[in-house]
This record gives sequence, structure tokens and C-alpha cells, in this order.
Amino acid sequence: MSKDIRIKKGLDIKLQGEAEKTLTNAVASNVYSLLPVDFHGITPKLIAKVGAKVKTGEPIFYNKEVDSMNFVSPISGEVIEVSRGEKRRITGIKIQAAKEQTYTEHGTFDLSSADAEKVKNHLLVSGCWPFIKQRPYDVIANPTKSPKAIFISGYASAPLTACYDFVLQGKEAELQAAVTALGKLTEGSVHVSVGAKSSNPLAGLNGIVLHKVSGPHPSGNVGTQIAKIDPINKGETIWTISPQDLVIIGELLLTGKFNAERIVAVGGSVVKNPKYYKTKIGAEVASMIYDAGVDSDNFRVISGNVLTGRAVKPDGFLGYYDNTVTLIPEGNDYELFGWNKPVFNKISNSRALTFSWLTPNKKYDLDTNTNGEHRAFVLTGKYEEVFPLDIYPMQLMKACMYGDLDEMEALGMYEVAPEDFALTEFVCVSKQPHQEIIRKGLDLMLKEIG
Amino acid sequence: MALKDKLHDLKMKYAGTKMSPVFNAFHTFLYAPNETTHSGSHIRGADDLKRTMNTVIMALVPCLIFGMFNAGYQHHLATGEINSVTGGFFSAEFWSSSNFWVGFAKVLPLVIVSYVVGLAVEMFFAAKNGHEVEEGYLVTGMLVPLIVPIDIPLWMLSVAVIFGVVLGKEVFGGTGMNILNPALLIRAFLFFAYPTWMSGDKVWVHGAVERTNEIAAGSNADAISGETLLGYYAKFGQELKYKAADGITEITTTYGDRANELYSIWDMFYGFIPGSVGETSTLLILIGALFLIFSKIGSWRIMLSAALGALAMGLIFNFVVDSGWITESSKFYGLMSTTYWHHLIIGGFAFGAVYMATDPVTASQTNKGKWIYGFLIGFISILIRVFNPAYPEGVMLAILLMNVFAPTIDHYVVQGNVKRRMKRLKAKTA
Repeated sequence: MSKDIRIKKGLDIKLQGEAEKTLTNAVASNVYSLLPVDFHGITPKLIAKVGAKVKTGEPIFYNKEVDSMNFVSPISGEVIEVSRGEKRRITGIKIQAAKEQTYTEHGTFDLSSADAEKVKNHLLVSGCWPFIKQRPYDVIANPTKSPKAIFISGYASAPLTACYDFVLQGKEAELQAAVTALGKLTEGSVHVSVGAKSSNPLAGLNGIVLHKVSGPHPSGNVGTQIAKIDPINKGETIWTISPQDLVIIGELLLTGKFNAERIVAVGGSVVKNPKYYKTKIGAEVASMIYDAGVDSDNFRVISGNVLTGRAVKPDGFLGYYDNTVTLIPEGNDYELFGWNKPVFNKISNSRALTFSWLTPNKKYDLDTNTNGEHRAFVLTGKYEEVFPLDIYPMQLMKACMYGDLDEMEALGMYEVAPEDFALTEFVCVSKQPHQEIIRKGLDLMLKEIG
Repeated sequence: MALKDKLHDLKMKYAGTKMSPVFNAFHTFLYAPNETTHSGSHIRGADDLKRTMNTVIMALVPCLIFGMFNAGYQHHLATGEINSVTGGFFSAEFWSSSNFWVGFAKVLPLVIVSYVVGLAVEMFFAAKNGHEVEEGYLVTGMLVPLIVPIDIPLWMLSVAVIFGVVLGKEVFGGTGMNILNPALLIRAFLFFAYPTWMSGDKVWVHGAVERTNEIAAGSNADAISGETLLGYYAKFGQELKYKAADGITEITTTYGDRANELYSIWDMFYGFIPGSVGETSTLLILIGALFLIFSKIGSWRIMLSAALGALAMGLIFNFVVDSGWITESSKFYGLMSTTYWHHLIIGGFAFGAVYMATDPVTASQTNKGKWIYGFLIGFISILIRVFNPAYPEGVMLAILLMNVFAPTIDHYVVQGNVKRRMKRLKAKTA
């Protein structure tokens, strides 16, 4: 049964520098990097040591807890650096790209005869498994569990993110193969959502339950869609995958090759020519941002969108799951009487001498300033205005802060991921780190309950 | 900019020392800090706590200015220097500079003492505990002078402010952690510690206490009496003797009749009546309320439900009187027979419902809870007002009482959400 999702609570943050829908091939990156920070909760065990020559799709490390879960190289070349942090934990692996690209051959996969176990093993070995994430806990899916449903959100509502209608063009065959394979992993449905007015290739797939989504951000968040369609109860698991990762899985199934190709939207107010680039997972962001042009010398590069992405240095790397690179000005400057003068150039969901309510369609140039200092929770009822889930956000965060597992469970912790709290964090008058609070809460639960 | 850089250098110099929070408290009033996002969302909304608190203060300023005029007006009226207003809200008798300067000289010291003492306590605790000075007191400091009698001695106010801030807030961990509204706690402290200064007919008009002392010392000047309307209504049927305008003829009437003779409904609505400094003008409070609702800072749910609660209780009492269940000789008759909607414009109810009940920290924190919380405040305010006329204002005690119950209300509202979730799970597993 298809069900359309319409939400009212939320906030569309309109920013300057939306990527123009033209595709450019990014300059080939010299070095690619795999960063374990992208794989939350995974302890990497290294396979390819420094100096090892790897093909594209060859395992670089595996998951300590699940031996069969490989993380593979997005490129052919030589491992040149393994950086380590505390307790010799691996924090990054750099691979120097070779001139000739070679692939690890997995052979075409016979979808019609495969069962769940076979699909699972194929994905684990080939390095495609990490694309599948699970709720609760928002971590890479546990292959020993069977999900009650699989959710794919084909509607990107966060500010300046890559538009799926554009980046998925012509990928119907890959998407179909991936969806068919994933359908074998669950007894429930594969729920796919697209924007109400979109021309998304996902809408034409077979073997899915299609949902049309409308309303402000976070309508495109998969967490919002799960809550509206099939909320997670205690003991249940739902898997989620982003559409561009489906393409990689699909290509692997069809051709036997792990092709880490990504179409990335490079945008933000300091980008001169915001547009789309074809590159690969783990590429240097410099290979794109300087081609697009940067109009500032004090800016922040974010791998991902402004709400949930990770800050990277200009010589840093594209995150494993990211299809967006955003550049916004750093806001590390003082503002005279910033706390009481009328504000026209920032977004607010109050009207306390803030005037963004007058210009709902204006595009803003927001910087990274917090616009105030960290305070205790004071105001109430603000978060609920931008939070469409049937959960009390402040109460849940407080439960996380004092680590009461029973209360976290009762208040709906199994249903949330940090990204669901990005908007409450944005509007928070007390400037509390909501996503960090939720992440820590989830980690605590995962450790104690599992 | 030179100043900006110099202050930045100073900030860096103080960083990590005990002086740091104190310096930052002043610094951030001049410049919004240069802090950037470190985790989670890379951009943040424009509002911070200072802006929020500042919005409430802006909503209070009309009440403050009106309070200054009213202090002078009531004083001059009582001394017989001017006549009652005749020309509506903008009457020249009221908005005169002589009224203003009398009030200004009395109210400004209250504001200064409230802020200086309160912020000093806040800064001391911030420096001691090594956290930033939080903005909660900005509003409290403005509320306090508006809810005390005009002639309150400044030392008394200082003691009360220290009590309220330390025991009402700091012992719980500061702004955001307190259970009771600090401004009301300060008023409650004054009320119970110095009752003669907080009730009766001698404290609401500037100069009344002084005159009483002069008379006691042998002066033959006329006493200044400034009973609040609640005071009049509480003694509704009792006999009242007063001297007529000629100063010789003694007129005998009742308190109820005298109140109706002195003040019209419009006087009550405009605020030309004796009372605490800033609480009298329902009109300006209403404008403040609309501003708070429009700016999305104040909770309209609480304001509206408090008004509904008060009206409901007023109607119940009116019904009791109409049914003849209570006779005119009853001491509750006066306030019970007050037309139900008059309760909204007399006493401190409107001020309390708009500016004090809506304090987000001590109010209910869930939207559903806010309806219940507000309604009960209105309901109980009028209940206390009628049945305990010795307390001139029930709204203070009603809000403090509901502050205590707000977490309980929230608990049950949140449990509703939890139960819904458990039901879903049961339906799934059944």
C-alpha cells in the first residue's frame, strides 16, 4: 500500500549557492582516503598494509566484530599512509592512485536464483555492505539481523544537497538490480520515497512501495519517513540506504565491479560556480572546489550538507556516504550589538526582531557563527515546531544527557538518528549540541543493550 | 576596529581565569561572540538567549514607563494636587511631567537596585562555579521592580533579591534549573517577611507611609490612603467613613460603593488605579502580550488558558452569588460578586498571566501541559483571591503553586506519548 507523506512541521533553510545542474568530470584525485570516522562504531582491522598495491574493490580493512564485512578501496593504487590515533586506532588510510585502473572481478550476480544468504555474503565480501545502515542506532547494519523493512529516501530536502532527480538519471537498471537484491533481505517491503513533484528514476522501479513526499525539511530524512510509514518498535530493525549507494550496489551485481563513482553537488555561498562533479568516494575535495572557484579566504569546507556534514580541511577528502560538498564562510568574528539589533540576514523561526519571516523565499548567506553562546535549556516548545516525529525532543535529549536507558527507550530513542535533530539544533536558542547528545545517547544504548 | 581587537585581547588574557565569566558577561553585551560551530549542524539560527530575554524586556518597557507616571499620578491624586482623569487613556492629568518625575525618582532606584544586586549575585556564582553568566536575570531584574509597592525600602528589596536569586535559582544550578519563578519568589519573600510593607492601604501610593508616620508624630495633615481595588472589594460591605472634598463633612458609605465611585471599568483597564508599580495597566499588558505572542517568545497557550481559567472560576462564583447561596453579610461576598471578567483587569492577574506564568523554565514544558498549567493558574488565582482576601493577590501564590506542579503535569503528558508507543508495540506483537 502506497502512502503519501505530507508534513507541516519543519523548516526549509534556503541558502545561496545551489549547484547548477550541469555535470563536470572532476580532476582525477592523486590520493584517496578511507576514514573510519565515516563508519561510526566500527573498529577497523587492517588488511592492506602501507606499501600494498590494491585494485579497485580490494579490501583495505575489515570490521573487527564481523570478520566478513570488508571495506574496499575506491581506487587502484598503493596504500601510502595509515594514520593512527589514541590506542593505535586507525583514523585514516591514504591510497595513491595508479595510472591504470584495475578492478577486482566478482562476476555478474544471478539475481533470480539467489537467496537472502547469498545476497548478504556477496555484499559483505564485495565491500558494498557498509552502504546499508540500520535503525535503531544509526550504524552500519548488523548482517545477522533481519530487518522488518528497508527504506530508501529519494527526496533530498536538506539545504544545498545533491538533487536525486539529477544524479540518478539513466541509472534505472542499476537501481532495479539493487532493489531486487535488497528485497530478498527483508520479509517486509522496500519503501522508496520521491518528492511529490519529481521525475525521479526511483519512481519507476518494480518490487517497491512508492511514497510521494511533500513538506519542508526534514520531510526527506529517512527517519521522518519511517516514523510516518512504519515506526520502529523495540526489538525491530529497519535498514536504510541512500539512492546513490544503490547505484554502486546495482553496478556490482550487474557487472561484477565495485565502481565507487559519485556525482557530487558542490555548492555554498562562497562557491563561484556551484555545480555537479563526477568523482569517486574518498577523493580530495580540492579536486572539485578549486575548479568551481572559491570566493573567500575564510571559509569552511563541509563534506555533506550544512546540517549533518563533517568539516574537512581544504586538502581533506570526500566522505564515504556524501554526495554533497558545501562551502560556507567561517563566522569567527565579533558582531557589534549582535544580540539585540534587528536581524535581516539570518534565518530565525521567531520574530524577536528577526525578520526572516518577512522574506520566506529569500536565499541566505549563513556563516558558521553560533550566533550566541551555549546555555542551559530554557525555552520550550521551539523544537516541536520543526520536529515532525511523535517524540518529545527536549525530554529525550535530557534523558540522553543523564544516561537513563529506560527513559530513553520509553521516549522513542530507537526511532531517532542524530540527523533527525539537526533542525532542532539549528533553532536552539541555548545552542546545545543536539546531534552530539543524541549520538552519545545512541552509543550508550548500543553498548548497554545492543 | 581597534576596540574590537582590544577587547578580544582582553578576553584571551582572562580566558580560563575566574574573571573570565564576568568579563565575558560584559563583553557579549557589546559584541556577539566569535564562536563557531564545532559539532552537528554547521549553521545556527539567529536567536540566542540574550535576544529572547531582550524581547521580553521590550514587552515590559511600556509597563515600566506607565508605572512611573502612575506612581506620580496616584501620589498627586492622594495629596489632592490634581483631579482624577477624565479624558480616557491619554488624559493630560495622567501624562504630566510632574507625575513622571515623581515616579521616575521612585522607580529608577528600584530598577537599579534590582539589577545591580541580582547580577552581582549571578556573577559571583558564575565566577565561583566557572560557568558563563546566563541571561535569566535580565528579565527577573526587570520584573521585580514592577511587582513591588512603590515605597518599598531599597534595603528590603536587596535582601529579597539576594534571597530569591540564591535560594530560588543558584542552589538548583542556575538559569534553566530552577523550580520556582525567581521574581515571584522574591515577591513572596517580601510578602511573608515584611507583610506590613506588602499589603494594607498604606503602601500602594507613594508618600502614604511617610504621611502615616508624620501623623503619628503629631502632624495634623490628612492621611493618604491608597487601597487597591482588591482591598476595597475584600471589605465590600463594610462601612467606610471618609472626609469629603471640603475636608470637613464626614461621608459614610461602604467600601464597595466607594470603589465603584472612585474607579470606572475604563480606569481599571487603562491602569489608573493603585497597585504594584507595573501591574496596573491591563491595556499595556495586553499590548505586551500581543508582542510576545507575535514574536513567538511568550506562550499564547499559557496566556489564553490562564484567562480562561480565571473566567471559569469567576463565573462559578457569580453563579454562587446569583443562586443566593451566599448572603451579602458574608465576608467573601464582595469579591465573589465581582463580575467575572472584571477579575482579568483588577489586581496583578493580567501581569502575572502574561509575564510570570509564561516563564519557560518554571512553566509546563509540553504544549498540552501548558494548557492545563495555564488554566489552573487562572482558576486558582481567583480562588485564592476570593477566599483569602488577606493575601491581596492570588496570582502570585497560584503561579508558585503551579510551578511546583508543572513537572507533574509534564510527567503525565509525556507518559501519554510513552503509552502510545507501548500500545503500538503491543499491537505489533499481539
